[in-house]
Amino acid sequence: MIADVYIYLKEGVADPEGEATKKALRLLGFKNVKKVSSRKVFRIEVDARNREEAEREISGMCEKLLANPVIQKYTIQWVE
Amino acid sequence: MQKEDLKIAVIRIEGTNCEEETVMAFRNLGVFSEAVHLKQFYSDMIRDSEQRSLTDYNCIVFPGGFSAGDYVRAGAVFSARIKSVLRDDLRDFINSGYPVLGICNGFQILAELGALPGFDEDKPVGKQEMALGINDSNRFECRPSLLKHENRGKCVFTKALEKEIVMFPVAHAEGKVIFPAGKEEDYIDRLRKNDQIVFRYVDAGGNYAGYPWNPNGSIYNIAGLCNVRGNVLGLMPHPERVFFDYYRKNEIGDGRTIFESVIEYLLSL
Repeated sequence: MIADVYIYLKEGVADPEGEATKKALRLLGFKNVKKVSSRKVFRIEVDARNREEAEREISGMCEKLLANPVIQKYTIQWVE
Repeated sequence: MQKEDLKIAVIRIEGTNCEEETVMAFRNLGVFSEAVHLKQFYSDMIRDSEQRSLTDYNCIVFPGGFSAGDYVRAGAVFSARIKSVLRDDLRDFINSGYPVLGICNGFQILAELGALPGFDEDKPVGKQEMALGINDSNRFECRPSLLKHENRGKCVFTKALEKEIVMFPVAHAEGKVIFPAGKEEDYIDRLRKNDQIVFRYVDAGGNYAGYPWNPNGSIYNIAGLCNVRGNVLGLMPHPERVFFDYYRKNEIGDGRTIFESVIEYLLSL
């Protein structure tokens, strides 16, 4: 099974990468840009009997390494 | 403990890059110190003569650099590897009162390990309670920084520090101290009460100031803090880079006291 795991900042946590990107886009003339926020995506392929089991496994990965729970959250999107 | 018995390990993995000068800081004070690869603590592919155990040492340092390329988050991969192979050893090491220092990337590692802020004396390694986020400027900030020493005597790395304001350089992109949303004031109160705040960024007049004096936007201008017991210190600025004072041609740099203090502490054990 393959999942895209999105890691992003919790609401209220400053996102300097997103802010700087927005500033640069506006400088390039994209005046309609309202907000840019950064995301990090890991595509993970796991062996699992079913989706539930795979989701448990990936949640464990997020809690142990991929996300810092103080500032980040994660969502899982299934690719196949 | 005698000076010749002291052994200090600076732990490296791929991507750390400040281990040499950190080792030299201790050696220049006449103490045995060596850079040790994390693998030397657990791998069976290592020659017998190069195998090490944490109990071989009286003090360990996580040096600056870009361990594992700073992938995922700065310090995250190094700390995950420690959790998988050395967690219990590190817990026992800290519980025994032995000092642990994390400089820059080392501070990020200690934060990821949950060793800092380290409120719970019984759980010196645990779940993350702080983050070192991307600098507000979204830039790599590399220059001298001025720090006010605010520890009242708990931190074993600054006991001998007499100067109120020191200059250690910073060099990082992820150094902004962040506490869980809504708990910031509570955390700062506890840190103050427990005497865990060690260094805060100040301007040339000694006042708490914003950017560029606070290079990353850290809450409460925090540059370095120690655990509740005082034997684990993490700081973003680099004391090992000012062991000598290159700028004023004076032999003694501000950073030297950090290493002298911990040696003094170890000799008193």
